[in-house]
Amino acid sequence: MGFQPVKFYQTGTYTVGNRLLAPDERSVQADQARSNSINSGHRACQGCGEALGARYAIDAAMAESNNQLIAVNATGCLEVFSTPYPESSWQVPWIHSLFGNAPAVATGIAAAMKVKGRHDVRVVAQGGDGGTTDIGFGCLSGMFERNDDVLYICYDNEAYMNTGVQRSSATPPAARTATTMPVGAEPGNVFGQGKNVPEIAMAHGIPFVATATVADLRDLEYKVRRAMGMHGARYIHIFVPCPLGWGTASHDTIRIARLAKESGMFPVFEAEHGEVTGVLKIRRKVKVEDYLMPQKRFAHLFGKHAHPETVARIQAIADRNIRKYGLLDEGSNGDA
Amino acid sequence: MPKPFAITLKPGTSLTNLTGTWRTERPVYLDRLPPCNNACPAGENIQGWLFHAESGDYEQAWRTLVQDNPLPAIMGRVCYHPCESSCNRGQLDSSVGINSVERFLGDEAIRRGWKFDAPAATTGKSVLIVGAGPSGLSAAYHLARMGHSVEIQEAGPLVGGMMRFGIPKYRLPRDVLDAEVQRILDLGVTLRLNTKVENIEQSMQGFDAAFLAVGAHIAKRAFIPAGDAAHIVDAVSLLRSMENEDKPMLGRRVVVYGGGNTAIDVARTAKRLGATDAIIVYRRTREKMPAHDFEVEEALQEGVMIKWLSTIKQADESMLTVEKMLLDDKGMPQPTGEYETMEADSLVLALGQDVDLSLLSGVPDLEIKNGTVVVSDNMMTGHTGIFAGGDMVPSERTVTVAVGHGKKAARHIDAWLRGSAYEPMPKHELADFSRINPWYYSDADKTVRPMLDMIRRQTSFDEVQGGLNETNALFEARRCLSCGNCFECDNCYGVCPDNAVIKLGPGKRFKFNYDYCKGCGICMTECPCGAIKMVPEET
Repeated sequence: MGFQPVKFYQTGTYTVGNRLLAPDERSVQADQARSNSINSGHRACQGCGEALGARYAIDAAMAESNNQLIAVNATGCLEVFSTPYPESSWQVPWIHSLFGNAPAVATGIAAAMKVKGRHDVRVVAQGGDGGTTDIGFGCLSGMFERNDDVLYICYDNEAYMNTGVQRSSATPPAARTATTMPVGAEPGNVFGQGKNVPEIAMAHGIPFVATATVADLRDLEYKVRRAMGMHGARYIHIFVPCPLGWGTASHDTIRIARLAKESGMFPVFEAEHGEVTGVLKIRRKVKVEDYLMPQKRFAHLFGKHAHPETVARIQAIADRNIRKYGLLDEGSNGDA
Repeated sequence: MPKPFAITLKPGTSLTNLTGTWRTERPVYLDRLPPCNNACPAGENIQGWLFHAESGDYEQAWRTLVQDNPLPAIMGRVCYHPCESSCNRGQLDSSVGINSVERFLGDEAIRRGWKFDAPAATTGKSVLIVGAGPSGLSAAYHLARMGHSVEIQEAGPLVGGMMRFGIPKYRLPRDVLDAEVQRILDLGVTLRLNTKVENIEQSMQGFDAAFLAVGAHIAKRAFIPAGDAAHIVDAVSLLRSMENEDKPMLGRRVVVYGGGNTAIDVARTAKRLGATDAIIVYRRTREKMPAHDFEVEEALQEGVMIKWLSTIKQADESMLTVEKMLLDDKGMPQPTGEYETMEADSLVLALGQDVDLSLLSGVPDLEIKNGTVVVSDNMMTGHTGIFAGGDMVPSERTVTVAVGHGKKAARHIDAWLRGSAYEPMPKHELADFSRINPWYYSDADKTVRPMLDMIRRQTSFDEVQGGLNETNALFEARRCLSCGNCFECDNCYGVCPDNAVIKLGPGKRFKFNYDYCKGCGICMTECPCGAIKMVPEET
């Protein structure tokens, strides 16, 4: 895998920066002159994972494109909390059209830039899991199929949070939302495949597909910069916990993302032309309970009327991910 | 101002929305007390000097270290490092090798000839220090740096006290001792050797205050019926005679009676002097032994044998009678009436030491307890103007404790001479392991110091434990978690979803922008070292 961890410098590449690291070994986020693409004053909830993920990703894309970047936004939390008229938090050229057409709008902008001969200007489209896996899915698949020169970033918080936590095709099994069974033998979302958009993107054979979390900043920035170094359709799927919709403490956003990765619930990998080329290994493996328990959307699985069999089914999903992507190193804890 | 074509919202206009008003709790930066600093008997700012060592600035690290302790090369050899026992990293993999980095810094200072900062302007006050051991030297150093004129009067022929006459050369080479002592004397401290203070009130005439640190040099006795030809010596005089030209004759089979560090030192010394068998006889078990475990381990490696649960009843020429003991419910040894004999060419008694208090005879208002001088919190004895520290006051008897006493006493003497009282800074709250976010630290095992090969350990007085070099000293320093103190990892600056952390630049740490901080607390959770806490907003 291309991501090269720094070893033994007290914190290695785990922290955002470190005074002991050479400047070129620090992250974009450690830079006093980072572009702060989405600035203070936005109305995201306390501890919003999506606001954080968006700044991580767009700042990295800005750094890699010499600040020649246009961002297209689907409808969703990110759009709503960043641009309540007449304010905007964005410090990049930014456009919003409809819920479902962000990939198509981005395709159009990329085509326009090509016609104008502006090869230096790059295009990013972004949306939540609702705008990506459900509503904008047709446009997204078309953008992949045509191999348009757009990086599409999905911020996945596993439901429609902006409108009040409704289920999406990215909502995991057993998670409670406003539109899943509140009671009964199996409350929460049904067990099923849902839509694994990273794998669907890989099936299109596009140049680059990757997943990332807000808990692994260095890995996230590496993937954005790598994607920006390529042309054609590229897709990055970023796992962003939602304190409001998941019922987690606002200060635990990054911890929850870390537990999702360390439990195997969210595999972090990258793929080129449909083939997996690297995975971020699990460093300190945890059981899925450790990930599920702090979240109120899974509270019905624990306590007096616990559902250990449901937890076991979720553990089986994590185990399958670990096996399928090879997330564990044999005889090693996966540390750098 | 009209906006350009197709532009509806100006960039960054959300700054008019002060989201800080949402907050119910605010994050604040703070320094917590690292467990190593908390445990150090000499009151060193360990995290503070490691911080400089981490960046490779060894001189600044050394200068920070010697603000509290002028003897780092000695400490790095003889200290029992309670800092390492309390190190939070011990709960991750293994504690930071603080002691080995300290030794590296001390050796580096000697090698490069670093000198102490010049003393403050002279105060015109003078202080008499009795005893040139670690406590007296430490007090002399601190008092001299504060601008007082200092004279040390030492009864012995050489400086160092127990560091010279108690600790064997294989643990503390004498050139190291001499180098660090000389640096203190270079501050302008007067040293009078072979000057035994017989009467403190007489000797301190002309001085404004006195600090007594005469140590504990008189070997404790146990009544052991002995035949005329039995060869019995005490540990203190044996170790002292090791500094002479003529080495003591102990024979081939040496028995040491006692269970403290001195007993171990004697047995290891006997082995090096050529004894085929060096046997320690101790009345309790290894768990109950006051000697430090790693010293016991090193002694066992060198072939020292230990006879547990035994007391010596009778000593005759080349023969000892030993009684077996049993531990009772309280862990105290009780006689069993079972006897056995063992061969011994000589018997060394290492049963602890008493203080020679003769210099205090006739001084009024003193309180003596169990053969030691009682001092109050400011290290002053009951007699105004006479302070005391080290082995002669009630406390643990180690070099590091003695050095700490010297520093503490110096601060109180200084305040007392100025007609005020020294108020120590209030301690910060402890940065215990629960404050640490261990995820962020790289896995890195402790660097093991090289040990001398076994044959030379058994036959020579060469130093047993080696030191670190510049590369692995840097590695070891960087294992520090910087508990409770910001080390500028940029995490808070990076993880804030609201850009509400301002990075002030190298060495200047960070600041919260409370206009926009919503109080989510991610910075607090993701701070690796626990240097942020959340406090409720005032309503």
